[in-house]
Amino acid sequence: MSLATLTYIVVGATFALYIGIAFWSKARTTGDFYVAGKHVHPVANGMATAADWMSAASFISMAGLIAFLGYDGSVYLMGWTGGYVLLALLLAPYLRKFGKFTIPEFIGDRYYSQTARVVAVACLIIISFTYVAGQMRGVGIVFSRFLGVDVATGLLVGMGVVFFYAVLGGMKGITYTQVAQYCVLIFAYTVPAVFISLQVTGVAVPQLAFGSGAGGGESLLAKLDRVVTDLGFAEYTSGSKSPVDVFFITLALMIGTAGLPHVLVRFFTVPRVRDARTSAGYALLFIAILYTTAPAVGALARLNLTTTIQSGPVGAVDGNLAYAERPQWFRTWEDTGLLAVEDLNGDGRIQYYNDADAAFAERAESMGWQGNELTVDQDIIVLANPEIAGLPDWVVALVAAGGIAAALSTAAGLLLVISAAVSHDIVKSWVARGISERQELTIGRISAAVAVLLAGYLGYNPPGFVAQVVAFAFGIAAASLFPVILLGIFAARMNREGAIAGMLTGLVFTVGYIAYFKFHMQPLGGNVKENWLFGISPEGIGAVGAMLNFAVAIAVSAATKPPPAETRALVERIRTPR
Amino acid sequence: MRKRSNVTAPDERAQQRRGYWRDNLRLAGCCLAVWFAVSFGCGILLVDVLNQVRIGGFELGFWFAQQGSIYVFVALIFFYAWRMGKIDRKHGVDEED
Repeated sequence: MSLATLTYIVVGATFALYIGIAFWSKARTTGDFYVAGKHVHPVANGMATAADWMSAASFISMAGLIAFLGYDGSVYLMGWTGGYVLLALLLAPYLRKFGKFTIPEFIGDRYYSQTARVVAVACLIIISFTYVAGQMRGVGIVFSRFLGVDVATGLLVGMGVVFFYAVLGGMKGITYTQVAQYCVLIFAYTVPAVFISLQVTGVAVPQLAFGSGAGGGESLLAKLDRVVTDLGFAEYTSGSKSPVDVFFITLALMIGTAGLPHVLVRFFTVPRVRDARTSAGYALLFIAILYTTAPAVGALARLNLTTTIQSGPVGAVDGNLAYAERPQWFRTWEDTGLLAVEDLNGDGRIQYYNDADAAFAERAESMGWQGNELTVDQDIIVLANPEIAGLPDWVVALVAAGGIAAALSTAAGLLLVISAAVSHDIVKSWVARGISERQELTIGRISAAVAVLLAGYLGYNPPGFVAQVVAFAFGIAAASLFPVILLGIFAARMNREGAIAGMLTGLVFTVGYIAYFKFHMQPLGGNVKENWLFGISPEGIGAVGAMLNFAVAIAVSAATKPPPAETRALVERIRTPR
Repeated sequence: MRKRSNVTAPDERAQQRRGYWRDNLRLAGCCLAVWFAVSFGCGILLVDVLNQVRIGGFELGFWFAQQGSIYVFVALIFFYAWRMGKIDRKHGVDEED
């Protein structure tokens, strides 16, 4: 059976599973549609949260990102997991006790203000659409690479499937498909990782292989450091970002993660407050399986790639791989354009080194090298893994299904919070208060459908800046939603005026800073370290935005009149489980 | 106010809630101190110092940044959930039903 046929069968089988689940878990009430009737077991919710959270970027790109960043890649590992500690300790149990349907609803009730609720809806929609466009793009790309269909067709199929279970099943349908999607994606991720670990180090567990020996009494990481510095690259285990920047990016990603509406809302679906606490633990456990494997895969793959090209000593004539002798996986991925070679010095061999490093470039020139000849797309690290390890075709097919599962599960979660914000926070609470539950459910379904179409359009036709603004989603979540939710629980004195002023300050500051450096609106100079405020890059500025939000909210609140007695009672109520 | 037979129930409940909240804040504060120490401390601020120590094939600081902090995070949430369960029961606000 050909690889394409096999991939069709595996991907098709997973789709059939998702659609089957959608039929089984059709939403009948708004409670089902928004929060799965609050009947989700904490372990199931943990899996669903993990799939919800781990996107196409986590599945496809992260290991590669770390492979080329080395230590600096730690910002993603710590940032995207540490946020769950904040979520579990500071937000999830209290939001569950609050017990309604959406994040803007909490903000509106706690701050007795429709304005606060609308500002929160605006933040939520900006965050979620930025994010979802990337997911749909991921679906299209996986389809086109593995199944040979064009991006548009891939997108349409993906949209069709999401449409089916998100519109029909709402949160209930999404939750149980996400559980299935988690199983698919984690299996697809760990199988190739185990085999790669075995091949390179003889140790089966990637997390241990990462710290094991690579032959000759040398540890894997020491060898990697040696091999990459020999070619003028930065040492793998020590980064090139400044500690201040690493600190702030990590903090911004953590706070941002804890403030993402599609993650927060998952904790509305469990039966009890204590389930919300343990469920966050399960979610992080399931996420950690992938997140501790990824850096191992990154390091193993970087070593593999580098030593494949630089097969002998640097400087020896036959130390570099002859182009004609490149391995089969290399040829396969050249066809997709993810790997590209340009023989600059015409010697028929590939030179892969850091030509931006002045000292090494000089030495390279003396050896007759005329520039780096290999371009590698970071996505290849995960996608090509099974072939590099020589695994059977069904594993390759599984990786395709895993990538699609990761993208679809995240997209569905995002689409649901968007539709809930529209039907519940805008229509039901503001535009048309008198509508019945049935009508609200219909409006929820219609807005989910519209959101799917819009997301598909954005995925097919991504605005040029999508890749540039990933920082936006986290920055805005960190600077706008996280502080007001936290203060709403822990500061009983916080009032409407403080919350609105804080949210707007955080939002305007963060959006302004990112736009200033990312959209070339910089009269003072480019997006370089020297121009950054305190040396903090746009990726890390959300942490500063959050601090500003806290400061302004507290100051404004202290200067204005305290919240009414009912609000104090609400705070008292959400603070205790019973 | 002393606990006496003529103390009104709402007062007692308010005091009980304050005690519960204080215990909760103390526990969360301790957990967040550990959270900060393993990630921002060991993984970022002290990474160069800890990298002098080697555990197996890892430099310790690098291990905290790419592996250790994540393990600690997971353990920390389960620890918090377990201790909060105890605090809930101690103050009689648990949802055992």
